[in-house]
Amino acid sequence: MTLAPGMRVRVRDDWPETRGTCHIRTPHYLRGERGVVLAWLGEFPNPEDAAFARPAAETPLYHVRFDQPSLWGQGTPGDAVVAEIFGHWLEEADT
Amino acid sequence: MSQELPRDTRPRAHHDLGGAPKYMCMPVDTEPHVLSAFDKDVDAIRQILGDKEIMSTDELRRGIEAIPETDYHRLTYYQRWLRSITDTLLRKGVLTEAELRAALGA
Repeated sequence: MTLAPGMRVRVRDDWPETRGTCHIRTPHYLRGERGVVLAWLGEFPNPEDAAFARPAAETPLYHVRFDQPSLWGQGTPGDAVVAEIFGHWLEEADT
Repeated sequence: MSQELPRDTRPRAHHDLGGAPKYMCMPVDTEPHVLSAFDKDVDAIRQILGDKEIMSTDELRRGIEAIPETDYHRLTYYQRWLRSITDTLLRKGVLTEAELRAALGA
């Protein structure tokens, strides 16, 4: 699935670090949060496999914009947090 | 989970520091830092290991994240790199503990 700019997404509320050794690039504070896709950044070897020197499939990476005040409880309306999130961590959100 | 629990009760890994409430009252250090000879050496080693496809940046990061929490916070940025590089090379058999001890003169 390729996500288009402007698409509303939700970061998967998943916690692989509770299930054993892993390497994930999705910060804890974005799990389960809703944002908007800004851009597709390209395809990169999945770091979750590359970190263990396993064959790593090319995986899409996106810039995703999150509303900062609702995320941090700080900032002024319109402030944003922009993060690089791999596609397999994103699901389409209705709202 | 995001709706029910305050953020600091989420099961984040100890290296996943962004947004951790205990850092929210601390000023952010934005000053440029001078790299030491040690820092540059470690960086150079990592680049060589990458060029030779012995160890990737992803493996470096994974090794840094595997450093136990008390050591993680005690070590400097490039000390963490060297710890990760050493652990990775030992695990992969690129180096042996005996070779490492000999090189360190221990």
